[in-house]
Amino acid sequence: MDLYEIVRGPLAWAALLLFVLGTAYRIVSMLIEARRDKVVYPYLSLKYGLRSLMHWLIPFGSVNMRKRPVMTVVSFAFHICLLVTPVFLLAHIILWDESWGLQWWSLPEAVTDVMSVLVVGACAFFLIRRIVAPEVQNVTFLSDYVLLAVVVLPFLTGFLAYHQLGPYRPMLILHILAGEIMLVAIPFSRLSHMFFFFFTRAYMGSEFGKVRNARDW
Amino acid sequence: MATFPEREPVEDIGLDETIKKLTPERIEKTILKVLNEESAARLKVYVNTCVHCGLCSNACHFYNSHDGDVKYAPVSKVKDTLWEMIRKKGRVDGEFIRKASRIAFTECNVCRRCSMYCPFGIDLAYLILTVRRICHLLGVVPQYLQDTVNSHAATLNQMWVKPDEWIDTLQWQEEEQLDEVVGARIPLDREGAEIMYSVIGPEPKFLPQLIGHMDQIMTVAGMSWTVPSLDGWDNSNMAMYSGDFEIMARVERKHYDKALELKVKKIVMGECGHAFRGAAYDGPKWLGWLRPPVPLIHAVEFYYDLIHSGRLKIVKKYEEPITLQDPCNIVRGKGLGNKLRYIMNATCSDFRDVEPRFEHNYCCCAGGGVINCGPPWKTTRVNGNRVKAEQFRATEAKVIVTPCHNCHSGIEDIVSNYKLDMHVKFFCEILVECIEIPESLKV
Repeated sequence: MDLYEIVRGPLAWAALLLFVLGTAYRIVSMLIEARRDKVVYPYLSLKYGLRSLMHWLIPFGSVNMRKRPVMTVVSFAFHICLLVTPVFLLAHIILWDESWGLQWWSLPEAVTDVMSVLVVGACAFFLIRRIVAPEVQNVTFLSDYVLLAVVVLPFLTGFLAYHQLGPYRPMLILHILAGEIMLVAIPFSRLSHMFFFFFTRAYMGSEFGKVRNARDW
Repeated sequence: MATFPEREPVEDIGLDETIKKLTPERIEKTILKVLNEESAARLKVYVNTCVHCGLCSNACHFYNSHDGDVKYAPVSKVKDTLWEMIRKKGRVDGEFIRKASRIAFTECNVCRRCSMYCPFGIDLAYLILTVRRICHLLGVVPQYLQDTVNSHAATLNQMWVKPDEWIDTLQWQEEEQLDEVVGARIPLDREGAEIMYSVIGPEPKFLPQLIGHMDQIMTVAGMSWTVPSLDGWDNSNMAMYSGDFEIMARVERKHYDKALELKVKKIVMGECGHAFRGAAYDGPKWLGWLRPPVPLIHAVEFYYDLIHSGRLKIVKKYEEPITLQDPCNIVRGKGLGNKLRYIMNATCSDFRDVEPRFEHNYCCCAGGGVINCGPPWKTTRVNGNRVKAEQFRATEAKVIVTPCHNCHSGIEDIVSNYKLDMHVKFFCEILVECIEIPESLKV
């Protein structure tokens, strides 16, 4: 078994499993622990939770988003591309097809190409922001740079591999590895905001709406 | 990158002397107890979800008033206190606790504006209150604030008011009002009345005329009301802000016990924001009540009901240019912004609204226990709210209505420090000038 087969085979399985099980573990343990936090369940409200999520999932739906238009555009573009690109990328769907015979609709390669560039560009923006904006610099730790690297690497290496810039096979291996690292990092780092976002936002929306009769956006 | 000045040293024996008694073991044990036993999912998820983006910074009046000084950004205040405690697993020294206490008690009003700016809705005020809880358990609380908590503990009111002084004040105000309105009695302990009226300790101490105004309003509106003669009359709660949640719960329980004892249908409280927060949700939260056992109505809502239903007739409008402070705890805390504007427009002919307003209004910088930290910290709070002065100046009003005691006192300091040439009034002071006193009640 060569390196490619390892990252494409057992490591891919391990990463997927860790991602799925890790996410489930984090969510379930949060739900159990929330019972000790007496206020969480009594305050939760589907209506107000969704109301808040709506405002924060729609671009410019909150006051702070309107106050920071550049950040809003960049972070929405970043998150959309980050989630959509790997799922609807033709090369990835071919891999699913080869492995399990699963197929679905793919985006034109030119589009996913641009989306990858957008992710890399947004990461560069976040990096610069971390360095030059004092309020962000002040709360930046080494881990923040590491997380940024974890996020940008799969897209950067994917882009390079697709365009066959640099040695193709090592780049491909690096790309798969980077993707696997990111998958595993999601449940076990602050990237967990990917799923915690929905819970924290819904809780705060509920507390504001149901208990305090106020808006939180 | 701009450099910002370090904090000026401030003397407060509540912080300076108390840290001398701390041992590393006690600090560690206390922090771990609060982090592991008293806190649960919210604390963990909030800390694990924050992506250090700094988007909360521009929510804070301290940050905005200090021209973007990063140490006042909400997330920085959490970083310099709670994150450090978590990172070091409680192994921090007394000097650190002093600094954390200073930040948590004097540089954050727990106003929750930042929760509306954080994309995740992280309750930063809750995190700061957790720091305060730790400081309280370590006994490192600003002296003036601790004194009010001691008063709550010993007398069940905030200002060491003795029972005879309370009753005496009520009778004095009743006498004053009897010269204005026929039958303006302040009924003590009348079982089965519809309303129990409660105030904060500083009213009988410094602002007794407010009780007189309410007496007049109740009498003219023909309400069935009563005031407790003994403990339970004070609805304020500084223990909620000092982190002494046991005393907080005792105070709230007494307040509601009194209402149940008097068999009233609801409690109406005077114009105070923090008292409303304590009685409406922070107290019940700790006591495990989803909602209070007796409905609680803030004065603003009560005035709204009286004016809207026509029980009070407005015959004259207040003419001077007038503006408004949206108290965090009743507007961001109970959505009373629209009712507040309804009563302002009903009674004032030249009402000039503020910008930003409603939930997005800036805190007065006195709330959250900050003003109760006393004179040593006055400069911190006045300098921390330049944006409030600018906001009011832009309205060109002559009078500011503040339906909250903390706002009232804090804004008076801001008005004088920034030379705003404005007067600060409670809404009831406007209301009594505008209502019709029926012929039958005229003296």
